[in-house]
Amino acid sequence: MAQGGYAIELRGISKAFGPVQANRDISVAVPKGTIHGIIGENGAGKSTLMSILYGFYRADSGEILINGTPTAIPDSQSAIRAGIGMVFQHFKLVQNFTVLENVILGAEEGAMLAGSLSKARKVLGDLSREYELDVDPDAVIEDLSVGHQQRVEILKALYRQADILILDEPTGVLTPAEADHLFRILRGLRDQGKTVILITHKLREIMETTDNVSVMRRGTMVGTVKTAETSPEELAELMVGRKVLLEVEKAPATVGRTVLSVENLSVTDEHGVIRLKGVSFEIKAGEILGIAGVAGNGQSELLEALGGIARATGRVTLNGAELPLSGAGADGRSRRAAGVAHVPEDRQHLGLIMDFAAWENVAFGYHDAPEYQKNALFMDNDALRADTARKMERFDVRPPIPTLPAKSFSGGNQQKIVVAREIERNPDLLLIGQPTRGVDIGAIEFIHKQIVALRDAGKAILLVSVELDEIRSLSDRIAVMFDGKIMGFRDPETTDERELGLLMAGMTGKGEAA
Amino acid sequence: MDYATLLQLLDTTIRLATPLLFACLAGLYSERAGIFDIGLEGKMLMAAMASASVAYLTGSVWMGVLAGIGASLILAGIHGIASITFRGNQLISGVALNFVASGITVLVAQRLFAQGGRTPPLEGDARFAPITLPFAAALRDVPVIGPLYYEVISGHPFLVYLGFLTVPLTWWVLYRTRFGLRLRAVGENPAAVDTAGISVVGLRFAAVAITGVLCGLAGAYMATALQAGFGREMTAGRGYIALAALIFAKWRPVAALWACLLFGFFQALALRPDVVEGVLQFKVPVTFLDALPYVLTVLVLAGFVGKAIPPRAGGEPYVKER
Repeated sequence: MAQGGYAIELRGISKAFGPVQANRDISVAVPKGTIHGIIGENGAGKSTLMSILYGFYRADSGEILINGTPTAIPDSQSAIRAGIGMVFQHFKLVQNFTVLENVILGAEEGAMLAGSLSKARKVLGDLSREYELDVDPDAVIEDLSVGHQQRVEILKALYRQADILILDEPTGVLTPAEADHLFRILRGLRDQGKTVILITHKLREIMETTDNVSVMRRGTMVGTVKTAETSPEELAELMVGRKVLLEVEKAPATVGRTVLSVENLSVTDEHGVIRLKGVSFEIKAGEILGIAGVAGNGQSELLEALGGIARATGRVTLNGAELPLSGAGADGRSRRAAGVAHVPEDRQHLGLIMDFAAWENVAFGYHDAPEYQKNALFMDNDALRADTARKMERFDVRPPIPTLPAKSFSGGNQQKIVVAREIERNPDLLLIGQPTRGVDIGAIEFIHKQIVALRDAGKAILLVSVELDEIRSLSDRIAVMFDGKIMGFRDPETTDERELGLLMAGMTGKGEAA
Repeated sequence: MDYATLLQLLDTTIRLATPLLFACLAGLYSERAGIFDIGLEGKMLMAAMASASVAYLTGSVWMGVLAGIGASLILAGIHGIASITFRGNQLISGVALNFVASGITVLVAQRLFAQGGRTPPLEGDARFAPITLPFAAALRDVPVIGPLYYEVISGHPFLVYLGFLTVPLTWWVLYRTRFGLRLRAVGENPAAVDTAGISVVGLRFAAVAITGVLCGLAGAYMATALQAGFGREMTAGRGYIALAALIFAKWRPVAALWACLLFGFFQALALRPDVVEGVLQFKVPVTFLDALPYVLTVLVLAGFVGKAIPPRAGGEPYVKER
């Protein structure tokens, strides 16, 4: 595997932001010509470490060796010169530029563009053939799929003759098929002698793709192991520092009567684009319906329509009573009164007010509950704070201090606050979007248990997630959405990732586009 | 309306469109780089005052132009420091600079010349003289084309020709050079520029400086070519009209030329109520004609000309994300 020496060697890297020690004495060596995984929970310091490597931050102390030579990387330009290319989680592309223009930006040959463009066209052609990286050089970025945009990012790095390619959470926005293609590309790059660093929190990707894997926890490097000699369980334990249950434990569902019935639900957004195109389904008591799909295929609009946030057309009944979809009664407060709880996808914008204290956030949506009122005029803030403390205790929110603003909590603990607020009201229907996005493994386990417990208490749950593993392990039934429509329903016991992946890409079982 | 009148109207259109064109292209550089500039007006006014004063004091129009550019650059620099270095609100900075310019121009002119905030009238070499293009006189008698060449195209001061040449130049810079590519990129997605190892701050300051130079030319033209001296508030909202033209043109240089000519034409019409009356066969109040360019501005800004999508990162200070 290693063809003589290390592509990157970090020695004793430390970096602090004020009082927060983001990286503490990190040493790691990445052999040339390998795919090296770096995993860790959110806030473990992976991104900081990579930003140091790409010249976004300077390390407080420590040394970076590129191909055995100590190298200073004060800015991105130096990183590029040292042969490092970075594919960010959020692409750094100019949306209304062509592929070619994006590729040459910052790597132009001279003051005039014509020469650079024709050279780039030729180089891109060669690279496409070599690495299965075909994109139309004259296509405008905003017309390309996310998977293709990512290829442009990789091409950008290769055009700058990167020998070391760093990818930060590259599969979050991809369909399983696109992800497989990406990993094929990465293996191709490795086989040509390039070094790839893959940052991810998905254990399965690490196991399938990498040669070695380094685990980070709370700013330190816990260890580096050969992928072939480890297991997902061991990696998870290294990440969290204790044993973690990766599989969700749940008994078979015992379903009751129909709780939610949705007929022909459609949503048109403010630009007049139809986002949700007449979906129909039912959820029974004691059942989790999981909605799978690549982000942006109508799942958000479905949640918002049911949660009373977006105007919609169609017919929705909860326990036989019709829920208004527009006009009076189509709002979050009426929905909550009707027994619908909603954990929104974007907790920092829709779920919480980040500058408000935890106890204030716990009141939102339920602020007119009788137990929070002192009298007709005033709220009983002491009761509210006490209630918040109880909920934080029960949901293991750390630190359990109701007066701390929401932004002071980690992503996982913020999510626990929202989930506690909604689940503790004992709703008939729980709408929950991306329950574990940006949430660390320990908290994922906890939140999953709470969802299953609610289902076992005979409630109906609509789960939307772009994490296919999460959908498969939690759901009693899976619906796959593509382009605003439900492509089909599947039983998680009998379906497989390939079948779901095809549906997510808009193919029906017969392999034709819908 | 006869041909001669039409030619006169077009001649006036070109003279009046020139300051709009300089200011509009000025705004184009800045806004394409992601820095909104509502302070075109103030920069023009400062440049008009500075160029008229220096041209009068030195007797040289070229010194005047340099002074105008210098004065405009100072305001542009302040706008840059406020909105790029300190990431302030670009609209507030622009409005503030307009107020500063409005006051300071009159103050300085009064201090220097004590003529009620005006500069003395410029004469001779302190003012731009019309340039007669080659063969203008010889071709004058050729039917149709001759008078068009003589009346409309020939006989303008140097800055008019410079202004019209700036259009293809800007197009070429924007779409054919490395600088233009980076400029357009930084107004759309500064993070892409930053990660490519290019300085966002440097690019934006370069753009703001070009804006300063072009606004300087716009103001100098007002005071030393279109008119003979500076008078208080002489730009009369042309900076805002230029902004409207920029939106109308959807931030594209060649379209900016046509938009400025259109606004210039309306301004020319206001000067010739007799022509308007002759064409329409009824009397139009002069005040209405005067208001026409501004009414058009409001209509454009209110979005009656179709959807104009500004540069995506416009108005947003760039903060490097973690």
